[in-house]
Amino acid sequence: MIEWMLHLPGIIVVIPLVMAIIVALLPSRLGWLGAVLGSGLSFWAAIVLVMHMLEATAMTRISYYLGGWPPPWGIEFAVDHATTLVIVTITALGFLSTLSGNTLIFKDIHDEDKGRFFAAWLLTLGGLLGLVMTADAFNLFVFFEISSLASVTLVAMGSGRDKRALVAAFNYLVIGAIGATFYVIGVGFCYAMTGTLNMVDMAARLPDVANPVPVYIGLAFMVSGVMVKAAVFPVHFWLPPSYGYAPMAVTSLLAAIATKASLYVLIRILMTIFGGIADIPLLIMQWVLMPLALMAILLGTILAIYEKDAKFMLAHSSVAQIGYIVLGFGVATMAGVQSGFIHIANHAMIKGGMFIGLGGLAMAVAGKTDFSSLAGLGRRMPLTSSGFLICGLSLIGVPLTAGFISKFYLVSAIISAGYWQIAAIVLLSSALSVIYLWRLVETLWFSPANESETRLPEQPMIYLPLWVLAGANIWLGIDAGLITGLAKMASITLFGGIS
Amino acid sequence: MKNNPILRVISKTLFAPIILYGLYVQFHGDFGPGGGFQAGVIIAAAFILYGMVFSLDELKLLAPPSIVHALMALGALIYAGVGIATFLLGAEFLNYDVLADYPAKGQHYGIILVEFGVGLTVASTILGLFMAFAGFDIPRYSAREKDAKPANKAGAKSPKKRASDD
Repeated sequence: MIEWMLHLPGIIVVIPLVMAIIVALLPSRLGWLGAVLGSGLSFWAAIVLVMHMLEATAMTRISYYLGGWPPPWGIEFAVDHATTLVIVTITALGFLSTLSGNTLIFKDIHDEDKGRFFAAWLLTLGGLLGLVMTADAFNLFVFFEISSLASVTLVAMGSGRDKRALVAAFNYLVIGAIGATFYVIGVGFCYAMTGTLNMVDMAARLPDVANPVPVYIGLAFMVSGVMVKAAVFPVHFWLPPSYGYAPMAVTSLLAAIATKASLYVLIRILMTIFGGIADIPLLIMQWVLMPLALMAILLGTILAIYEKDAKFMLAHSSVAQIGYIVLGFGVATMAGVQSGFIHIANHAMIKGGMFIGLGGLAMAVAGKTDFSSLAGLGRRMPLTSSGFLICGLSLIGVPLTAGFISKFYLVSAIISAGYWQIAAIVLLSSALSVIYLWRLVETLWFSPANESETRLPEQPMIYLPLWVLAGANIWLGIDAGLITGLAKMASITLFGGIS
Repeated sequence: MKNNPILRVISKTLFAPIILYGLYVQFHGDFGPGGGFQAGVIIAAAFILYGMVFSLDELKLLAPPSIVHALMALGALIYAGVGIATFLLGAEFLNYDVLADYPAKGQHYGIILVEFGVGLTVASTILGLFMAFAGFDIPRYSAREKDAKPANKAGAKSPKKRASDD
């Protein structure tokens, strides 16, 4: 009979992709149900997989041969301890933002387009899961294209509210295509030198290449291509407009999961594919990723302070938060990579929750997110705004929230690697992020409301997922063992050399 | 172009042979050069030729956009369906070996089915792209904008005018 366990790596990716096609064929009103079903099943499969991996030994690697063709000829999906945390984060946040998705769409998308909208939604989710799951360098490019074309479509659907969404989506499309092209050029260089596309096989052959210069060029192309997709400074500029002009539901999905998969790919390339060549990836991490991450942190935070629209403010803050993740990777010690993984999971929870909450608040004022429209809403929508505030506190890293765990691990990793000045910059930027969060708090609670002070109706499909995320932020801030443990396993696996 | 007898006769004569050639490329794909993608493009080319000569409205009678859109998803569903079938038969996703009593035959069946799905999706997608660029093919949008916003009438109407000029 069917060995479910062995098929799980395939199932997790296939479910959203197949549901996307079915949703596109079904009547539009069933679109959301199909999306909930697809993302929910995928989430459930991911939980089963993680439970299995938690019991497995340290270097366990579940390998799935698509079409039955064994690697290095066929395409391989692989799950090891470095994959599990990212997979469960992406499926969980995908599921929660799908739950609130139908309500958050508000009036941005016409009813008869919802079928196609949720088809693109599931394609985005499936593409991102494929990115994390695949162990084939070229297949990775295919999943890059699936996820980015689908998410460009989603961003462009914001044009019903603001036509600038089309420009943002076009920029995202062009920049994303350039990133993907850079990546595939890099793969081409490595393929020319090794004759294989499978990541593990390539990693085994790369150290033996006689003339390493093309390999280094390939590495540079691959890393810069993935950096575009992951919105690492200075190639992040597509991100704020895309998040800002996209429909609220799309922003909550993309902000939570879209860049996380690319960040995982970035560390995977540096440590798995090029793990055999010791010096060059280390050089890239310490002298390219780390300075860029610091600039992302400072500039993202400062731009967020001056932003007049809450949605754009959170988008700029995403750039800074991506900086924290990349900074953790850039330290290039085991603790540093661990802190990067911790923040991948925590930032997904924080930003997913904040955008869902902001969407819930904005619905009361016809979807506007600028500060003057949001004034006083905190008092009028207590359930939504308090969940939003908890995620916000987690964003700046208040103790007893998940954000504090991220910052704590990041700063201690930086200090134990001996970079005192960098730790100071991280703490400074945390202090600066209090400023922009305070602006939100001031607007929501302490400004006079625009119309009346009456309580506004709140949507259960928004505050329930939001409170799940807010609760997770508190729970994982107090009992952080689950995430830090999974992240530690991920870091050990990546440093173990074997995939 | 509709009134030019040479174009009309030639395109009418060529229509069936182009589709026949497309089908040849489709089903010969597992012996020689060809396959679903190329066949899909060739078949779509026949419809595009028809649309260019006899106007977009005639093409929409021949291939209604709603059916074209459904076929796009249906082709991909056939592809994925083969994968799920092999999966339910106990093998990996898209491992065609289990589709028949011995592997080579199973591979044969699997490839033909999958390529059929690819051909269907590619043909309908290219046709859909042509319709979208030749004139806004989604009548809902223009109709809705006319109903909702009279101010936007000019923008919604102009593509229609272009379509009838053909």
